[in-house]
Amino acid sequence: MLRSPSGVIGLIILLLAISVALFGPMLFPNSPWRMVQRPFLPPFTLATVPLGTDALGRDVFAGMIFGARVSLLVGMVSTLVALVVGVPIGAMAGYFGGRVDDALMRFTEFFQTIPSFALAIVLVAILQPSIYSIVASIALVSWPPVARLVRGEVLSLRTREYVQAAVVTGQSNTWIILREILPNTLSPVIVLASLMVATAILLESSLAFLGLGDPNLISWGYMVGAGRTVIRQAWWITVFPGVAILISVLGLNLIGEGLNDALNPRLSREGR
Amino acid sequence: MSKRVLLGVLLACGLAAPALAQEPKAGGAINAVIQPEPPGLMLAMVQNGPVQMVSGNIFEGLLRYSPKLEPQPELAESWSVSEDAKTYTFKLRKGVTWHDGKPFTAADVLFSIEMLKQTHARARNNLAQVDKVEAPDDYTVVFTLKQPFGPFLGIFEVGSMPIVPKHLYEGTDWKTNPYNNAPVGTGPFMFKEWQKGSFIRLVKNPNYYEKGKPYLDEIYWQIIPDAAARSVAYETGKVDVLPGGSVENFDVPRLSKLKDTCVTGAGWEFFSPLAWLWLNNRQGPLADKRVRQAVMFAIDRDFAKDVIWNGLGKVATGPSASTIKYYTDDVPKYPYDPAKAKALLKEAGYKGEKIRLLPLAYGETWQRWGEAVKQNLQDVGMNIETIATDVAGFNQKIGDWDYDIAFTYLYQYGDPALGVGRNYVSSAIAKGQVFNNVEGYSNPEIDKLFADGAVATPDSKRKEIYEKAQKILVEDVPVAWMLELQFPTIMRCKVKNLITTGIGVNDGFKDAWLDK
Repeated sequence: MLRSPSGVIGLIILLLAISVALFGPMLFPNSPWRMVQRPFLPPFTLATVPLGTDALGRDVFAGMIFGARVSLLVGMVSTLVALVVGVPIGAMAGYFGGRVDDALMRFTEFFQTIPSFALAIVLVAILQPSIYSIVASIALVSWPPVARLVRGEVLSLRTREYVQAAVVTGQSNTWIILREILPNTLSPVIVLASLMVATAILLESSLAFLGLGDPNLISWGYMVGAGRTVIRQAWWITVFPGVAILISVLGLNLIGEGLNDALNPRLSREGR
Repeated sequence: MSKRVLLGVLLACGLAAPALAQEPKAGGAINAVIQPEPPGLMLAMVQNGPVQMVSGNIFEGLLRYSPKLEPQPELAESWSVSEDAKTYTFKLRKGVTWHDGKPFTAADVLFSIEMLKQTHARARNNLAQVDKVEAPDDYTVVFTLKQPFGPFLGIFEVGSMPIVPKHLYEGTDWKTNPYNNAPVGTGPFMFKEWQKGSFIRLVKNPNYYEKGKPYLDEIYWQIIPDAAARSVAYETGKVDVLPGGSVENFDVPRLSKLKDTCVTGAGWEFFSPLAWLWLNNRQGPLADKRVRQAVMFAIDRDFAKDVIWNGLGKVATGPSASTIKYYTDDVPKYPYDPAKAKALLKEAGYKGEKIRLLPLAYGETWQRWGEAVKQNLQDVGMNIETIATDVAGFNQKIGDWDYDIAFTYLYQYGDPALGVGRNYVSSAIAKGQVFNNVEGYSNPEIDKLFADGAVATPDSKRKEIYEKAQKILVEDVPVAWMLELQFPTIMRCKVKNLITTGIGVNDGFKDAWLDK
């Protein structure tokens, strides 16, 4: 991983974002909702509000820092939930095959046929926007690819000799799935997960942009959405959080690429 | 009262003064924005703001109101009041026809009143003092009141009492009557077509009883769901008129500066919208008067006016807007004073219990306002949680009294008996309904004052009663009054005489013309 330069850059970006999310609010304890200066103050005019203020005179910089917390949290937690749902379904479908496979895959396809963003909007709107409903709906629309990926991997591993050996020695199905098969599917899942975090951040931002964010928490998407209508008067309200989304998503994608190279060394060597 | 509101120095070319002596020119079409898309156009059945704005030009009332809220003839040519102030006689205009050619008579008025009593909550309330209505001949209507009712001449505006065609509605199921979708009125414009989600088209009534009017051939009400897109539509010339509230406030200064653009705050005198926070008086910390007073002290209302509303409007002093009758500012004052708010909270023993805040889902201005108020209240130590809802969810929560603090704004209709009392008297507490006493404030003294005030004579007596009521209410803070709102109408300067009455665009197209 460390040998791939893009992966290293991605890792640095991610670590930076995580540390901002963890420690930023301690260093800048002012609430991002507080009206601190006159509205529409351009960036780089006052040291106390380096990135200017928004339509209500709130500190854009403080919003960026607190927003990092929400964006990363939503991205990671919803990915985790999606994995918890998707991996077992995929593993069972691939391992047992037959009717179980059919049933589980039709169920998965049911979710895949609905455009994921539209489904997420509907879910959040019905459940009322809050951090929980947002995480839940993002997780709900992002697990099907995980299930399908894991199923494919399991299908191929299922026929390997060491798995058949485990079957012959009378190991239980659970044991075989957990100890023999799943560990070997990890590398593609990890790569996929890193990209899913990026997608989840984008999804959360899109929801917040549409006004479906948690009204009690500031996030980058909310900031872009709230500043959108005044973009001609005050570009900085939308541009800075927009850049933050861009960089963190880019970072996660670079990590995904780096992980891919590191975990599939043969593949990447052949590719070059 | 009729003051025209200046939008600060930014104002590009001032007001479309109706007095400007210029000969009206006939012809032309106007594109105006309607926001949001109305749920229907049958004014007797639905009365949301956008319905009134479109249908006020299709239907007519018995009277019209000047910016000073003086009654003027419309379907009624003249009127007289008896000595004892209990009998009102209206002489109707002759030679008026419905859009389908049938003549308009007193029978239509009698029918409309019966229908409105069932379909129009406010009309029912307004007509509560009416003992009987009679039509001695085809062109005379006589109202006999149970007792003198001071604001009676103020209830005949088109949105409050639209006159509907008896021959199309009598004996039918009103809710499913096909004419609800293609309304037939007596007004200067006739309904032509409605492309859902796109536009509503009205065309000139060629047989209108005022000769020469209306001047315009057509009105297109454009339906554009996004606020930024509405601003752009004006800038690109797709629309000529942006009625109050159709663009976000921070766009108003920018649009006002555009070439050939005129802005006016006039045309809302009859409504005088007043914004406040409903405070749930029934439960939780807000049941304590001191906590409610703390809310008033904690909120920086000048900030809301200057920043969120771009300087439009006025900080409210109490339950009456300053534009309506018997207003007084001789009431307890609540300046922005966080220290005092904190002291009151401490005195009331507030321990950080969670308080739910419901902002209005009417666009960005209201969302930002919700955020600012939340911050103000948090600054004095209140534990506020914002609940996001859409309009339907908001109405449901409010109707079920399932809230602690909620934003709203209501019209005042010129007289405390018509627009103010309904928010504070205990007889207006009705679960499941919005826009009444949803805060659950109950004070026998206030009930009595509003009951007396409605029927007291002479005027000086009413004044005394309402001033007393205002003082008591402001001391008790049943709701937290925020701002008297102003909704500027933005239009091309070539649009003349659009706003000449107290309800502005709602019935203004009758006199409007285009200077080409």
